[in-house]
Amino acid sequence: MMKGLKKWRLFSLLAVMMVFLSGCGEDYLSTLKPSGEVGKQQLNLLLLTTVIMTLVVVIVSVIYLLAFLKYRRARVGENVIPKQVEGSHTLEVIWTVIPIILLLIIAVPVVTTTYKFADVAAMDEVDEEGNKTALTINVTAKLYWWEFEYPNQGIVTAQELVVPTGEKVYFNLKAADVKHSFWIPAVGGKMDTNVENLNKFYLVFDKESKDLKDGVFYGKCAELCGPSHALMDFKVKTLSPDAFDAWVDAMKATEGQTADKASTDLGEATFANSCLGCHAISGSGAGGTPGPNLTTFGDRNRVAGFLEHNEESLKAWIKNPEEFKPGNLMMNADGTAPIYGNLSDEEIEALATYIMGLSVEK
Amino acid sequence: MSSYTQKKGFGAAVWDYITTVDHKKLAVMYLLAGTLFFAIAGFEALLMRIQLMKPNNDFVSAGFFNELLTMHGTTMLFLAATPLLFAFMNMLVPLQIGARDVAFPFLNSLGFWLFFLGAVFLHLSFFMGGAPDAGWTSYASLSLYSPGHGIDFYVLGLQISGAGTLISGLNFIVTIITMRAPGMTFMRMPLFTWTALVSSALILFAFPPLTIGLLMMLFDRMFGGNFFDHTMGGNTVIWEHLFWIFGHPEVYILVLPAFGLFSEIIPAFSRKRLFGYSSMVFATILIGFLGFMVWAHHMFTVGLGPTANAIFAVATMAIAVPTGMKVFNWILTIWGGSIKVTTPMLYALGFIPSFVAGGVTGVMQASAPLDYQLHDSYFIVAHFHYVIVGGIVTALFGSAHFYWPIFFNRMLNETLGKITFWVFFIGFHLTFFLQHFLGLMGMPRRVFTYMEGQGWDQFNYISTIGALMMGVGVILMVINCLMSIKGKPAGRDPWGDGRTLEWSIPQPIPFYNFRQTPLVRGLDPWWIEKQEGNKEVTFAEPLGDIHMPNNSAIPFVISLGMFIAAFGALYNPDADKPWSIYVLIIGLAITFGAMIARSVKDDHGFHLHKEEILEIEEHLYGKGGNK
Amino acid sequence: MDFNTKFTPHTWPDHPEQATMEGKNKVVGFWIFLACEVVLFASLFATYLALKNKGPAGMEFTTQGLFELPLAFAMTMLLLTSSLTSVYAIYHMRNFNFKGMQTWLAITLALGLGFLALEIYEFNHYVHLGFTFNQSAFATAFYSLVGTHGFHVTLGLVWIGTLMIRNAKRGLNLYNAPKFFVAALYWHFIDVVWVFIFTVVYLMGVIG
Repeated sequence: MMKGLKKWRLFSLLAVMMVFLSGCGEDYLSTLKPSGEVGKQQLNLLLLTTVIMTLVVVIVSVIYLLAFLKYRRARVGENVIPKQVEGSHTLEVIWTVIPIILLLIIAVPVVTTTYKFADVAAMDEVDEEGNKTALTINVTAKLYWWEFEYPNQGIVTAQELVVPTGEKVYFNLKAADVKHSFWIPAVGGKMDTNVENLNKFYLVFDKESKDLKDGVFYGKCAELCGPSHALMDFKVKTLSPDAFDAWVDAMKATEGQTADKASTDLGEATFANSCLGCHAISGSGAGGTPGPNLTTFGDRNRVAGFLEHNEESLKAWIKNPEEFKPGNLMMNADGTAPIYGNLSDEEIEALATYIMGLSVEK
Repeated sequence: MSSYTQKKGFGAAVWDYITTVDHKKLAVMYLLAGTLFFAIAGFEALLMRIQLMKPNNDFVSAGFFNELLTMHGTTMLFLAATPLLFAFMNMLVPLQIGARDVAFPFLNSLGFWLFFLGAVFLHLSFFMGGAPDAGWTSYASLSLYSPGHGIDFYVLGLQISGAGTLISGLNFIVTIITMRAPGMTFMRMPLFTWTALVSSALILFAFPPLTIGLLMMLFDRMFGGNFFDHTMGGNTVIWEHLFWIFGHPEVYILVLPAFGLFSEIIPAFSRKRLFGYSSMVFATILIGFLGFMVWAHHMFTVGLGPTANAIFAVATMAIAVPTGMKVFNWILTIWGGSIKVTTPMLYALGFIPSFVAGGVTGVMQASAPLDYQLHDSYFIVAHFHYVIVGGIVTALFGSAHFYWPIFFNRMLNETLGKITFWVFFIGFHLTFFLQHFLGLMGMPRRVFTYMEGQGWDQFNYISTIGALMMGVGVILMVINCLMSIKGKPAGRDPWGDGRTLEWSIPQPIPFYNFRQTPLVRGLDPWWIEKQEGNKEVTFAEPLGDIHMPNNSAIPFVISLGMFIAAFGALYNPDADKPWSIYVLIIGLAITFGAMIARSVKDDHGFHLHKEEILEIEEHLYGKGGNK
Repeated sequence: MDFNTKFTPHTWPDHPEQATMEGKNKVVGFWIFLACEVVLFASLFATYLALKNKGPAGMEFTTQGLFELPLAFAMTMLLLTSSLTSVYAIYHMRNFNFKGMQTWLAITLALGLGFLALEIYEFNHYVHLGFTFNQSAFATAFYSLVGTHGFHVTLGLVWIGTLMIRNAKRGLNLYNAPKFFVAALYWHFIDVVWVFIFTVVYLMGVIG
């Protein structure tokens, strides 16, 4: 019996040590290393509740271990009949009141923060000229990709969210097909994208993402949405306000950009024939295209949100998207071939080079 | 009359189990069926854990993984934990209150067969074009989008087995209200019976919203209804509300009887009456009541607005208070007692810290703004497994050891039982403790794979090893159960520390339970009698005729009709299956035919005469023996 | 008391439905079942209220335009009266007056059938207007709520009818008394649910 107990202690000790050894996750993904006001307040709540709750677990465990060690039958004697105690009012009151106090300590910041995080009144504020002062981004979640529309700037992008640091960024969240959930763990808690209504919330991004391992924060879909739910990742690039403004201008400058079927570049011609029906390559305008906007593809960090960003994976993806993201909408109805047909290797090669060349930052 | 004492052939024995209305035999059937589904769902969990053992694994496909996670959750909650707890409720409630059977033996059998055939129907989906794949919550937008018949299996299977659960719940309530032996006042009822009562009441109020939700989904998927189609004015959030109005109380439906089981084990092996019995009863009722006020804490991120979130956050935290009362009462029961560390007690002792750990993470998630981070991450996976495995599964395993002699008149092997406990318990903490951190490190739940370089590899690997250990633990448990077949008869009150009426009955328990109805003189009646040196409980009546219900095959036939009709309903929307409508009609005809047969033929039960009782007892316990 | 005992109006107990253990269980159990039905209908009502007047863009149907109070009022009157007649039936059951009970139950059945006929007429009328089950979320919710009630009425009619036929020749005893009592209880419940439907769907639809 005691041997077993020791083993148990050893294991918990090991577990705790391992947790500390591996640090607290990656700074581009972990809720424990937040870079933003929302995430930081959430971390503070986490620490507050953890401290109180660990206290509770420790107190309970100590009393219980004491009771257990003191009153084993081997110690008190085989034939002893213990006193049959009915209960104790004093004790009942104590262990009712103390938890209530502990819960009140938690409840106060919980309620105030709940209201604070829900305050999106600034979304409607305008300056003298009637322009919205706050940066608002319309997020549309689609079967397995994300569209980001900047209504006040008149630009749109996909899969890689670009935001300025140091200000509140407001989000309008909606799903186009089934319910998804928008989550950037290292910046702040999530909100669902429903199919029937618009959800609103804000996040603050403190740190420029260029120093991170991949130069981006990781974003996730947090609501089961079909076979490729696990692969519905997006990335977040945070820029200094000036760099962000420059990026917006560069996006606006792509107005009217398109691909020409008659182009001598096989990549561009193939794109015009096979891809342009769903994918726009102009970052100016509104969203709503069937496929992700590819204007900034060359600047992005991943192919299809999760594959390595190189021509090899792009080619493999174009050849057979179903293999990488099961259930995605690039396949025809019976799932035998992509809707753009089976392109030749030569076409795919040229197409990949062309798509990789789409950029506003280079 | 000698038919009670004769040995039966195999066919006759099977027929006997199909037609039985005896709560003890139904309990055994619930136990077997529950174990079967527990094993299936456990196996599904292992497949998932193996898939997640390393990044970019391709052990199972994405689509199949979603089927696995859906069926694991659905099966564990509806088809494993519920029937296993029903096994104990069925066996123990009538014995604990001194009754000869439940109030409606016929309905008891009907409830079992509906549950069982509904469960079989759901599982046939694996072989008939794919299992449901929208999670056990089956959120409406995804479940309407999901192709194939998987979700239809979910809807129809749960509708049928849910009806069975509802019927059983109703039966327990009436049994506890009307069938108590003389002197068994409400405040003398064993706590397990109390929790069975409250949990049945929760079933009664929680299952109808699910029934309606499933009906709406059925209409939408099969008859072109528009409840959840937003382009037609529908709203998918209605499903989320209905599901969680059911889904949250469902957790308490399961955990309250588990509390009840521990409230029997802990006093028995501490040789001390339950500390603060009346506050335990009060806490049970309060938890049941609050359980209905908190469903929206599953929906903090849905966008219900800050006021709803704040209210539900505070209401949820409030549940910690009565739960805390319970934990402290258990500890104070141990305090000053005489603790014998048997296997059931070991499970009870392991339960307290595990469950408290699961409970406190619950309070963390009740903090709405914090939950925005924790919701739908691996943190929540860790949390509810701590509650369900740490609270409910330990209760089931512990009380399987504790009550095995009541079920089968055999003891389980103690040494093997303790080994099982340690393997399972360590495996459990290994699996789920680290998942808290996976969630905090940004890992969403219900993902079939993950990329390298996100810092999740090591913990996932360890978690899988823990899951395999849990699997070994379950296998050891099953081996122990099988070994007990060859064991010696356990006899009456084999632990020596039994306190409540079920331990006072001589073994094997005759089908009428109590030859004479006992007179209950206080809490823990058998303990009272033993303390006064009595070898037998006090009887409330002289030896006389006993009225017992007749066996009936009708419950099985009614359920079978529903089972057949469900296939017809399932395939009815398919244009290429014109035969389905006939299947539906035949199935419903069987069901209604059986119901009419039941109504037309009077069933008065039968009387067992004094002489027959004596003959049966002589056969069971030998001449003049065991009085 | 035994099921087979023969009774006279003098020996017939005051509460025959609760004179046996089985009867007592049945009555308690049925009350609990009704509690469960309340939650069932509550879920349907909540859904209806959430989806009331909701439909595809440009939907022309609203509660104001669709519902006609006089018809709903006639249906209400039929069902309320049938509840009263079932009270008479149980009164006679308690007095061991089998004939009287059967007569009043028959009247109850007739009124119930009348209600059902009006409901079928009403649904048929709406369908002809184009307000079909698949037309909008509002339609689906309306037909589900009112239809579930209609289904309960049908079940109640079949139930009471079967009881009357089955027991026509053997009269009252302690075995079937609880069955009649419980069926009447069910009929009252259906009536109460209709009162809520009348208020929430029709009155609040047309006036509110």
